[in-house]
Amino acid sequence: MSLLGDIITIVAVSAGAFFFLAGTVGLLRFPDTLTRLHALTKADNLGLGLVVLGLLPQAASLRDGFKLVSIWLLGLLAGATVSQLIARAARQGESAR
Amino acid sequence: MSIATIFEIVLAAVVLGLGIWTIVVRETYSATVGFVAYGLLVALIWVRLDAIDVALTEAAIGGGLGGVLLLGAAAQLRDSEPAVTDAAGNAVRVCAAILSALTAATLAGAVLVLPDPAPTLAPAAVSNAWATSLANPVTNVLMAFRAMDTMLEKVVLLLAIIGVWSLAPDSAWGGHPGPRHQADPHGVLVFLARLLPPIGIVVGIYVLWTGANHPGGAFQGGAILAAMWLLAIMAGLADTPPVSSRRLRLILVAGPGLFLVVGIAGLLFGSAFLSYPPAQAKPLILAIEVAMILTIAATLGLLLAGAPERRTGQ
Amino acid sequence: MSGVTVFGLCAAAAVGLGLYGLITNPQPLRKIIAFNLLGSGVFLLFGVIGRRGAAAGMGNDPVPQALVITGVVVAFSATALAIALVLRLFQTTGSTTLSNAAPSGTGSNPSGD
Repeated sequence: MSLLGDIITIVAVSAGAFFFLAGTVGLLRFPDTLTRLHALTKADNLGLGLVVLGLLPQAASLRDGFKLVSIWLLGLLAGATVSQLIARAARQGESAR
Repeated sequence: MSIATIFEIVLAAVVLGLGIWTIVVRETYSATVGFVAYGLLVALIWVRLDAIDVALTEAAIGGGLGGVLLLGAAAQLRDSEPAVTDAAGNAVRVCAAILSALTAATLAGAVLVLPDPAPTLAPAAVSNAWATSLANPVTNVLMAFRAMDTMLEKVVLLLAIIGVWSLAPDSAWGGHPGPRHQADPHGVLVFLARLLPPIGIVVGIYVLWTGANHPGGAFQGGAILAAMWLLAIMAGLADTPPVSSRRLRLILVAGPGLFLVVGIAGLLFGSAFLSYPPAQAKPLILAIEVAMILTIAATLGLLLAGAPERRTGQ
Repeated sequence: MSGVTVFGLCAAAAVGLGLYGLITNPQPLRKIIAFNLLGSGVFLLFGVIGRRGAAAGMGNDPVPQALVITGVVVAFSATALAIALVLRLFQTTGSTTLSNAAPSGTGSNPSGD
């Protein structure tokens, strides 16, 4: 059971780290604000989700697991809202130009 | 060299790189963003130093609220940017660089020759925890063993808010700090400002409550409450209260006031100023912390809102 | 070299950087940021010394931790006051320069927090 948990942790956290890396590369390499946001939010949400998923088998209690999942949900909410606001500001800036 | 040490070296290098970038980058706005990232990564260093209480404070106040404060100021001052006529000359730069390098080298030398074994007050703090029946030694130091510092710090917060308010133009004295924010009522910001505060308020109170035995406390919880309040203000769902409001002023003095009352009671009925009778220590500390979290949340929020700008109805 | 020493050297460098920025940057807001960088370096030094004093089941000496928590909040309130001063200076004079040549009547020094 604990071996299976460890394997899930290693696989999921590695995959999460890969998505964070991909998101960061996208943030640095993509040409404009909207595509950069796309790279950042997609990869970060998925990356954070996979890291949380990977850490769940290591959680000592149900309460710790619940806290981990809440962090992911709050991260999703914040990421989605902020990227929408940035995208709107970017579009207004473009149309004003 | 273990993986943990490599991680620590990389973390220190990234923090240092961000620090350099914050100082040398041309645009003030970029420097501000760099400083916010710096603050959040410094919070990670605090985690590695096994100081979770400080890490929470640094992330919430240093990185979070401090970041909002600096970003807001940088956005307002953006137009004043090109006035770089009074830039420091080369001679000043070289002298400053030498002075700074010497200071840093002296401190680095001091870090390398710190005495071994290091002096510590941890055993004293842990072995006296019975006096308050709180299990978090940091809260014990803040609220009991060095309670005087914490009380005076509340007074500093109060003085800072009076200082900010006193910068108001005469026409706006007693009015509302900051502009009245307007947002699209069906927009995503208003949606977030309706959804998040109930969760944030619960988290803030939880952080205060758990601070008795685990990392957390009135500062960290107060910062979260202040953030929720500011979110509602920025989305236009709430307005900043007029600074002449009696209720607001009562909240602002509640923390230091209750602290002072308990302190003087300790002087009159106990052994010394701010001495709690061990049997009632926990309820007393909890009462002070509840008053403090309200004061901290209100003060932090109002410090961010700035000086009064407009009268009621404007 | 242990991680604690690495962070100690990092803190020393942050103090140096902050001092350099405080002297050379002309804009008040940049001076405030540099001052905060300096302050965070000092706080980190406290943390490093506290970490070395780990004992009695505590990973870090609680007394410096409590001092730093107090310090972070005081630094924040000082920063807020300094920024309010800069913004007011900008409102009344239209510029944020601190040099004497500028026609600013309110010659208060916002970086002196």
